[in-house]
Amino acid sequence: MNGVHDMGGMHGMGPIQPEHDEPVFHHRWESRVFALMRAMGAFGRWNIDASRHQRELIPPADQLRMSYYERWLAGLSELLVRHGFASAEELASGKALASATPAVSMMPVLSTMPVLPAMPVPPAMAISPASPALRAPDVPAFIAHGSPSSRDPSAPPRFLPGQRVRARNLNPIGHTRLPRYVRGKSGIVDRVHGAFVFPDTNAHFLGESPQHVYSIRFEAQELWGHDSVSGDAVYVDLWEDYLDAE
Amino acid sequence: MKYHRHEHDGHRMPSDPALQVQALESLLVEKGLVDPAALDALVEAYEHRIGTHNGARVIARAWTDAPYRQRLLADATAAVAELGFGGLQGEHMVAVENTPAVHNLVVCTLCSCYPYPLLGLPPVWYKSAAYRSRAVIDPRGVLREFGLELPAGTQVRVWDSTAELRYLVLPQRPEGTRDMTEEQLASLVTRDAMIGVAVVQLPPPRSER
Repeated sequence: MNGVHDMGGMHGMGPIQPEHDEPVFHHRWESRVFALMRAMGAFGRWNIDASRHQRELIPPADQLRMSYYERWLAGLSELLVRHGFASAEELASGKALASATPAVSMMPVLSTMPVLPAMPVPPAMAISPASPALRAPDVPAFIAHGSPSSRDPSAPPRFLPGQRVRARNLNPIGHTRLPRYVRGKSGIVDRVHGAFVFPDTNAHFLGESPQHVYSIRFEAQELWGHDSVSGDAVYVDLWEDYLDAE
Repeated sequence: MKYHRHEHDGHRMPSDPALQVQALESLLVEKGLVDPAALDALVEAYEHRIGTHNGARVIARAWTDAPYRQRLLADATAAVAELGFGGLQGEHMVAVENTPAVHNLVVCTLCSCYPYPLLGLPPVWYKSAAYRSRAVIDPRGVLREFGLELPAGTQVRVWDSTAELRYLVLPQRPEGTRDMTEEQLASLVTRDAMIGVAVVQLPPPRSER
């Protein structure tokens, strides 16, 4: 989607404000949101692309106003309702309700958060006893394994290092990892990373559709014009379906 | 304590995220979906165990062990695993090397992708609109804002982490460190240098402090 999260090349966002001796979390609640997101993600009911897309769906003015972990909290709350972990009523009250059914409608998680556009979700599933909650002793292994998104390729790469390609001018309303600032631009394949889960389908639970990812070198002048410094470049990791041969 | 009235349900809901998160956690614990001790363990890992010192060890090893440096640049995932690093948000790693001719800078314009196993969780500025918007269009301006003026003739390469590859900058080893141990070298390496918004420098001599 052409959302405000796709920030590359925008102006007017102000100075960068590094903080000296910055703590890992500024408030305890931030650390709890971070951990809740990971712990609930461990059920595998959604995936990283879906959780990113959920945050992208926060209306743009709110996205810009909210802090990072406020966006996580808003996204997590939506995911919990959409995937049947809790009802909107339960989130609102903070109490489990025996009669609770997974809510289909949106809930007002944050006061700033209006109704979001619909997103395809998998069929509602009961919480399976076969997938127990993440326990403390499992955490080190959970962190150590992570969630690799590389997959065995089903076909050889279409493009090779050194080849000239052009990023397609795609404007999907769903999730994509093709930033606007490279669409329609020409670049050179720097390296082939191998096959990875395709976010554009995976975010919408339409399958992993793995395909090759390439690091594409775009000259700064190709992206931003001739006021840019010649020889400077931006490298962007792009899936095969984002690219055409030139 | 601030409350905001929601007309649709007639409940008063906290607009304070701290209260909201507390309610959310207790709800999920009550439902048996969350083990609070697991949350504690996750937070503890990133507050105390996983952080910049991991990345610094990788850099110091690469500076002192030429074959390791080659392995790091060829397959960073495998090379950092040799030192015991990897996993969540570092499943697929790439290392890019600074030289007198090339300076590398890492950003995630679409969200906040960052190599957790080596650098921990990203600082606020890395996730900010200011950095994400400008790093790709005006990297030299961004570097200047961090106090880094690149020598003429040094090219800038910006790495936008749009996929699941996570980037680590291998900074240049500073002059005058030939006699330092790997451990001493690691103590010089900063988070900002491994993102690419700084270079690694020797601390000023004691008399100048």
